[in-house]
Amino acid sequence: MAEAFKFELVSPERLLVSEQVESVVIPGAEGEMTVMAQHAPVMTTIKPGVVTVKAASGKEDRYVVFGGFADILPSGCTLLAESAVHVNDIDRADLARRIQDAKEDAADAKDDVARSRAEQFLSQLTTLEGALLPA
Amino acid sequence: MPSLKDLRNRIASVKATQKITKAMQMVAAAKLRRAQEAAEAARPYSERMGAVLANITQAIGGGGDAPALMTGTGRDDVHLLIVCTAERGLCGGFNSQIARLARDHIRRLLADGKQVKIICVGKKGFDILRRDYGSLILERVDLREVKTLGFVNADAIARKVIHLFNEGSFDICTLFYSQFKSVISQIPTAQQIIPAGQASAATETGNGAGGAVYEYEPEPGEILSDLIPRNIAVQIFRALLENAAGEMGAKMSAMDNATRNAGDMINKLSITYNRQRQAQITKELIEIISGAEAL
Repeated sequence: MAEAFKFELVSPERLLVSEQVESVVIPGAEGEMTVMAQHAPVMTTIKPGVVTVKAASGKEDRYVVFGGFADILPSGCTLLAESAVHVNDIDRADLARRIQDAKEDAADAKDDVARSRAEQFLSQLTTLEGALLPA
Repeated sequence: MPSLKDLRNRIASVKATQKITKAMQMVAAAKLRRAQEAAEAARPYSERMGAVLANITQAIGGGGDAPALMTGTGRDDVHLLIVCTAERGLCGGFNSQIARLARDHIRRLLADGKQVKIICVGKKGFDILRRDYGSLILERVDLREVKTLGFVNADAIARKVIHLFNEGSFDICTLFYSQFKSVISQIPTAQQIIPAGQASAATETGNGAGGAVYEYEPEPGEILSDLIPRNIAVQIFRALLENAAGEMGAKMSAMDNATRNAGDMINKLSITYNRQRQAQITKELIEIISGAEAL
């Protein structure tokens, strides 16, 4: 069995997870990454996606996060999510609303940088929706 | 001298008022608990955020590439004040305390020849400031429809502020809110959020990684430019939550006072009422007796 480390998932509203885990899969801005104990210190932004948490007890949990940061240290990992929900509690209507907002943002963008950023965010959201809906 | 009937009505009305204030006190107590829980639940996030921010600032080492939101525009001519108050009254001096602090601040800035702009969050602060500084108010954020404060509310305000900053319409942004100390004590506070004080970041460095060398993905500058707007939203969110808890605390003690005052009033009125009733009985007896004597 792999070594356990401390993982915390925090959203502005509350602390969602704080426990000893074996591994965590994080949707990093530059690709998914699996974090295990003794990981080198990394700080990364995250994109909308699914965080898979494998607890030390072997239980697996999945959370949907919408953007944020991960602060990874050899001793633990803290994920600051702008908004996070358990995958079972995801609200389809809410997701649809976010996509709608993102579409409007992309349409309203004033310059190319803003537009490409908004479009990127939108495509990440739609990918996320595609990954979740059949489930 | 009011008649017996008048007194009876008066007592009944004060009793009704007392019932209302008592109910309001109980509602405030229940809401206070919830608001306090929300404020506590939000604390880990802002703490971690502070630590992460401190780490990155350290990594960049105060280099020239720090975003303007952090370093400021280098001027302090135009000040933006975000005044957060409650949406409802009946909570003692809560709203006026915040407004007074803001007003003192505005007066000082105007005396120094600075330009002032105001964003009011909450109806009460708007009502108070409108009288003297109506022309300075840019906008009023209405949270009356909001049942439970969410991060989205704070994020919307933060977005507006950042948008204004990018347009270059202000140099320094200060947040006014009431810090929740305890149920009976709320401290009106002014906190500068733009440019983000380097001092606040530096004090929290201690609990960070202790100088661990981080790898950044993407570049630190890019992370920082994403993190700082978020940090502003977090600060506003915390202010709103503290305010919500403070409002309920203030309301609870105000309503407690009101209930006690109503009780005192009922006692006083009952004494007057009884005295008058007694006086009337005595008067009637005298009339009967003197009538019998005349016979």
